[in-house]
Amino acid sequence: MSHHDNHVPAGRKPSLVNIDGNTAVAHVAHALSEVCAIYPITPSSVMGEVADEKSARGEKNIWGTVPAVVELQSEGGASGAVHGALQAGAMSTTFTASQGLLLMIPNMFKIAGELTSTVFHVSARAVAAHALSIFGDHSDVMACRTTGWGHLVAGSVQETMDMACIAHATTLEARVPFLHYFDGFRTSHEVQKIEELSFDDLHFMIDDELVQAHRERGLSPDHPVMRGTAQNPDVFFQGREAVNPYYVACAGIVQKTMDKFAKLTGRQYHAFDYIGAPDADRIIICMGSGAETVHETVEYLNERGAKLGVLKVRLYRPFDVAAFLSAIPATVRAIAVLDRTKEPGAIGEPLYLDVQTAIAEGMADGLTPFKTMPRVVGGRYGMGSKEFTPAHAKAVFDNLALSKPKKNFVVGIVEDVTHCSLEWDTTFDIEPAETVRAIFYGLGSDGTVGANKNSIKIIGEETDNFAQGYFVYDSKKAGSMTVSHLRFGKKEIRSTYLISKANFVACHQFGFLEKFDMLQYAVEGAKFLLNSAYGPDEVWDKIPRLVQERIIAKKCKFYCIDAISVAKATGMGARINSIMQTCFFAISGILPREEAIEKIKYAIKKTYGSKGDAIVEKNWKSVDLTLENLHEVKVPATATSTLQMPPAVDPRAPAFVRDVTGVMIAGLGDSLPVSAFPADGTYPLSTAKWEKRNIALTVPVWETDICIQCNKCALACPHAAIRAKVFPSSALQAAPATFKTMDFKDKEFKDHKYALQVFVEDCVGCEACVFVCPVKDKKNLSRQALNMVDQVPLRETERVNVEYFLGLPDADRTLVKQDTVKGSQLLRPLFEFSGACSGCGETPYIKLATQLFGDRMMVSNATGCSSIYGGNLPTTPYCVNEEGRGPSWSNSLFEDNAEFGFGFRLAVDKFNEQARELLLLAQPLKGHTELVDALRGAVQKTEAQIFEQRKRVEVLKRLLGGATDSQSKHLLSLADYLVKKSVWIIGGDGWAYDIGYGGLDHVIASGRNVNLLVLDTEVYSNTGGQMSKSTPIGAVAKFAAGGKPIGKKDLGLIAMSYGYVYVATVAMGYSDVQTVKAFTEAEAFDGPSLIIAYSHCIAHGIDMTKGMDNQKRAVESGHFPLFRFNPEAATRGENPLKLDSKAPKISFESFTYNETRWKMLTKSNPEAAKELLRKGSEMVAKKWRYLEQLSQIKYDVGTPKGE
Amino acid sequence: MTDLSTTWLGLRLRNPIVVSSSSLTGSLDKLKELEAAGAGAVVLKSIFEEQINLEADKIDDALHAGAGFAEGSSSFFSDMPMDFGPTEYLDLLKSAKQSLKIPVVASINCVSKGRWTDYAAKIQSAGADALELNLYFIPTDVARSGADIETQYIDIVRDVRTHTALPLSVKLHPFLTSIPNMVAKVAQAGANGVTLFNRFYQPNIDVDDLKIAHTLQLSRPEDALLPLRWIALLHGRVPVDLAATSGIHDGRGAVKMLLAGASVAQVASVLFKHKPAHLGEILREFEAWMKEKQYASVADFRGLLSQKSNPEPAAFERAQYIKILVGHD
Repeated sequence: MSHHDNHVPAGRKPSLVNIDGNTAVAHVAHALSEVCAIYPITPSSVMGEVADEKSARGEKNIWGTVPAVVELQSEGGASGAVHGALQAGAMSTTFTASQGLLLMIPNMFKIAGELTSTVFHVSARAVAAHALSIFGDHSDVMACRTTGWGHLVAGSVQETMDMACIAHATTLEARVPFLHYFDGFRTSHEVQKIEELSFDDLHFMIDDELVQAHRERGLSPDHPVMRGTAQNPDVFFQGREAVNPYYVACAGIVQKTMDKFAKLTGRQYHAFDYIGAPDADRIIICMGSGAETVHETVEYLNERGAKLGVLKVRLYRPFDVAAFLSAIPATVRAIAVLDRTKEPGAIGEPLYLDVQTAIAEGMADGLTPFKTMPRVVGGRYGMGSKEFTPAHAKAVFDNLALSKPKKNFVVGIVEDVTHCSLEWDTTFDIEPAETVRAIFYGLGSDGTVGANKNSIKIIGEETDNFAQGYFVYDSKKAGSMTVSHLRFGKKEIRSTYLISKANFVACHQFGFLEKFDMLQYAVEGAKFLLNSAYGPDEVWDKIPRLVQERIIAKKCKFYCIDAISVAKATGMGARINSIMQTCFFAISGILPREEAIEKIKYAIKKTYGSKGDAIVEKNWKSVDLTLENLHEVKVPATATSTLQMPPAVDPRAPAFVRDVTGVMIAGLGDSLPVSAFPADGTYPLSTAKWEKRNIALTVPVWETDICIQCNKCALACPHAAIRAKVFPSSALQAAPATFKTMDFKDKEFKDHKYALQVFVEDCVGCEACVFVCPVKDKKNLSRQALNMVDQVPLRETERVNVEYFLGLPDADRTLVKQDTVKGSQLLRPLFEFSGACSGCGETPYIKLATQLFGDRMMVSNATGCSSIYGGNLPTTPYCVNEEGRGPSWSNSLFEDNAEFGFGFRLAVDKFNEQARELLLLAQPLKGHTELVDALRGAVQKTEAQIFEQRKRVEVLKRLLGGATDSQSKHLLSLADYLVKKSVWIIGGDGWAYDIGYGGLDHVIASGRNVNLLVLDTEVYSNTGGQMSKSTPIGAVAKFAAGGKPIGKKDLGLIAMSYGYVYVATVAMGYSDVQTVKAFTEAEAFDGPSLIIAYSHCIAHGIDMTKGMDNQKRAVESGHFPLFRFNPEAATRGENPLKLDSKAPKISFESFTYNETRWKMLTKSNPEAAKELLRKGSEMVAKKWRYLEQLSQIKYDVGTPKGE
Repeated sequence: MTDLSTTWLGLRLRNPIVVSSSSLTGSLDKLKELEAAGAGAVVLKSIFEEQINLEADKIDDALHAGAGFAEGSSSFFSDMPMDFGPTEYLDLLKSAKQSLKIPVVASINCVSKGRWTDYAAKIQSAGADALELNLYFIPTDVARSGADIETQYIDIVRDVRTHTALPLSVKLHPFLTSIPNMVAKVAQAGANGVTLFNRFYQPNIDVDDLKIAHTLQLSRPEDALLPLRWIALLHGRVPVDLAATSGIHDGRGAVKMLLAGASVAQVASVLFKHKPAHLGEILREFEAWMKEKQYASVADFRGLLSQKSNPEPAAFERAQYIKILVGHD
């Protein structure tokens, strides 16, 4: 036993920290592990990141060694590695959620079956069903109930740290592995002031002898055993039951550990903790963060005379029936069991079934305190992070008071299809008046969240207040809004729901005022802070009428500051975080003003100190300047503004968009009833165009006098917000006065006009188009054919111009030279206005594919950035053309994308074959030999040939129209499959190089005609920038905090080795011509095609405006050589590999050190940076030489001998 | 035996050929090569304050970039402890001091006052033999006078002097109305030497692409005439050591500077043009000249043709210029 054992560390003084649940868990898990095998998945990624950072910094575990933290290719891989490490005797752990946890289930059965001590930490998240959700519920953990793992649940940030420790301590003794979980986002991302467990504390809790025993059970050739045998019907069953004593003992060990923990910290937990009236008549049983809200509600209602209670489930498995029954007051006559998961078709959800069974068994065995069996009902709440508030909890209690309470109910939503929802009182509010409640509306990129976390730290550390912060993010990445909810107060904060009654509201972006009714959440007398370019004397007249009315009605104190000007004046750029934070402290009075300023400055020094005095000084300066520029606005007695909040969508939008999508856009999606939604997750295309986001401050304006019509701007635009069109001059009638056109310079289109239209309300203002514009005005070199100007004055005129532009006819696709940059951009994009980042490097490629093939395209999309900007509600970017054709899109999983798309191909090919067979059999076609032959024999290589076939199909459909025979009817439903379909399998490098690589390999090996587009950002962009096997050497990424020590996997070379796979690497910023060629060739190739597209990314730490230049450097340095490998050439005896980029002409250094992902390492570990740069330089030189030689190999092998 | 040794900034140098601050003196490998080729001393590449700030800014921006959406709610990069100070530079200095026998002079190029003192102290403790201050300011403000800027220069020198005991040379540019006055003020402020002259990187214009081109312009031998005059004029009149730089491309070029009164001749462009080893060639030519002229030591001829010692004192003044132009004696 360790010397620490059984003695509470003398003079224990726990330190108070302000952290989120993930960080709290990682603190314990890292300290108690030797091996962590990790893989990113929201919302658990942070735990892996913190563990990786700790090890990269050399932080040790409690036994004095730095844990190995290793990223795997998938959660399946991570669980396999943990299983292996455990079997080899190491203390091992992992962190995951949702589908990730599901991938671990096979190993979890094994680990439990082998009685192996381990803890998996899970930030519980919804499992994708009708849709994906990154948010919190218990669907994932509940899917693991049969694995034989213990379940220990935490409901608050403090509890995550505590339960993590208790789980690790218990599993060593019990030998039952544990899932430790807590609610994704609500707890994993909530910041609270909590007590940190020290290494002394952890030593006290962990028995070193048990650690050694665990190690000794490990496999070793020095004392060999075997584990993992195969067993026959004679013994498998008995073997399986041999674990029984361990499960019998487990709950007792958990309680013993909890008691020991209480001795240490004073925090006493039980398997089931009852809170409420000792003589309660009604109770709720639930687990996780929701139990905190019920706890708060129970206390509030009991103070007002009710007799209620809540039973918090902490140890869910093994389910200790005796402990459960003894925790419930004998007086209880009605129980509601709340599950945060759904098990369609079951009698009820898991916890409900357990409770029913436990009580029924207890009653039968005479073990319960009840005289009569209490009424037990089950219900669902909070799925996918749906809010769960005191009003909802009260509704559940109210239901229990009915003589016939609703069973199998839902609460928190309106379920109006089978009518199972409970009604709740929307005015019910129990927040204590003395709690400071502040809401901040900020832009994702303006640093609001960071500043608020800083404020929590300041208040948490400098006062005896409890502090809580929770942050709500947008699903769009460009121009996204983040809302911060901060609570401070002398009482412990259990409010695990958003603030709806705020006494401080800050709007960091003026534009949000006309989109969101944020003052609806203000209480009377609340303080309202607005970042406004207008001063205190003019701002009143510039705000919408509703805002004025709210300010007057609620008697708000109104303050304004021109934070943008202050930021500019102090060199802070777009970051207004410190400025707005200073305003908050200056106005809120939570700390004395002078003291608050001093603390902010101290916090700035702490945050930026290592980055040099210059950064610290300019932040300080911005704080000082803030106070001079913060003004109170005089509020008049009446509202005078004529500005009205515009409707969320155009009233002309289709009904679904207006009535459902529009409500979501307005931020009111919570109010939509179940009946508003499709039951199977099917949604219409073309919705993004209805969401006019107006987020760009400046937009490009086209100058017709110097434009050369190259269309490079349209190609580079990530949002399809600048488009070219060619149309007959005769079509140009009744054009708006400001609509611009030029004569089109092309022989193919005589007497045609050319127009380049900027969709100013959809543009995000990234300036990528201006950056790639090759034209300069010879008389004024700072003027290009596109120049950025203020957006607001252009809105009205350009809205009309856009409408006119869209009404003009599209160019005849059969006449356009599609394989050129210019030609491809005359085709209508069927992917528009996505929520991708400003300047995104991926979306131009997808948009191009939709321009070329969109009307016959089926897209299988791996989970990741492209599935989020491609498919995240409220609005989605894929859209249809005039004929209603467009990409048919779906997302299955992260790992199975290639297989999923392959399934599309199999179905489509089968349908095509079936249709061709039926052409010969269908009665109405007898005598139409010419048509049947043409339909069956059609070559569909070119757009014109495809159009011809479509026409034939129309004729066919007419012929089959009235037929009643089965074959004709089948043929009619299959006729469209006689036209070529283009199957696209799209995803990022996380999918293609890592988690989905096995499937990708199998699918390209199949020889079937699918097109795989890898949007290679060299990092897991969507989950926040974790290393993939595509990450290049020396680059810093999450999970590679010390720089990636090995090189980028050469996926192209691997694919080429098959010989029959079309492979291309493209980088639009280096050669847009080659990109367009590669796309058209890949699609035309009758077999598997793989396009690896270099995509610059915000995760590279670059100026996104100049992303195309970063692409160019990547190619010019030899890091990303461009080539096309076309197997068709080999059949002609030619070398199929054609190099499309030139030999490296700039150094690897001048590419890499232009990007923060590399540059950063020179500051955190200069030695390693130097060495990795050297290796990287060598690698690119070698890679080029290798490719060069490959491209020169002779392929004229002739006929093999002997044939 | 010909004695090439000389004294500069109180340091004993085996010869007066010093490699001036440039990317040549930015890596240990190159420094070793230069020592092997015979350099009398090396002035390390400069620390540029702006560069350090710029990098910090850029990285700071990147650290904040991710905080906008749910799945990337924190930064895209782990917030590892980072050092944005001149650590890399100090490491180079330390390793140069460990590996080289010849004196190693550090060089700093800052724009704001506060930073000089901080860096100067760190450089001293890292073991530099001396410090060269690169005063590099391009005035763009029409309201700002020359005197104002000169005062700023002197303030900086004074400031650094109070924070370091290292021998100090100030590298000046030639665009000063009264160079002798400025040198005297610099000396008064505590400098032990001046280096004449700093060459500004001059932007160029690319007429094909209609844009500003940034190219490295190497010095040409005729550039040496500018420092030559001022060294000759200043030798013996100001209490500081003179280092000549700009356009010294061969041994005879170095000889000229010493004849004018320089303690050392700094070279760089010529070593870019050839190889660092070319320094040996310069030395051989230098020594050959001494042998030919039968000078036993550098001290024997240093300053021989300075204005003060020159039998023809008007030679460096304006009168001579007129004579050449009008084409007669």
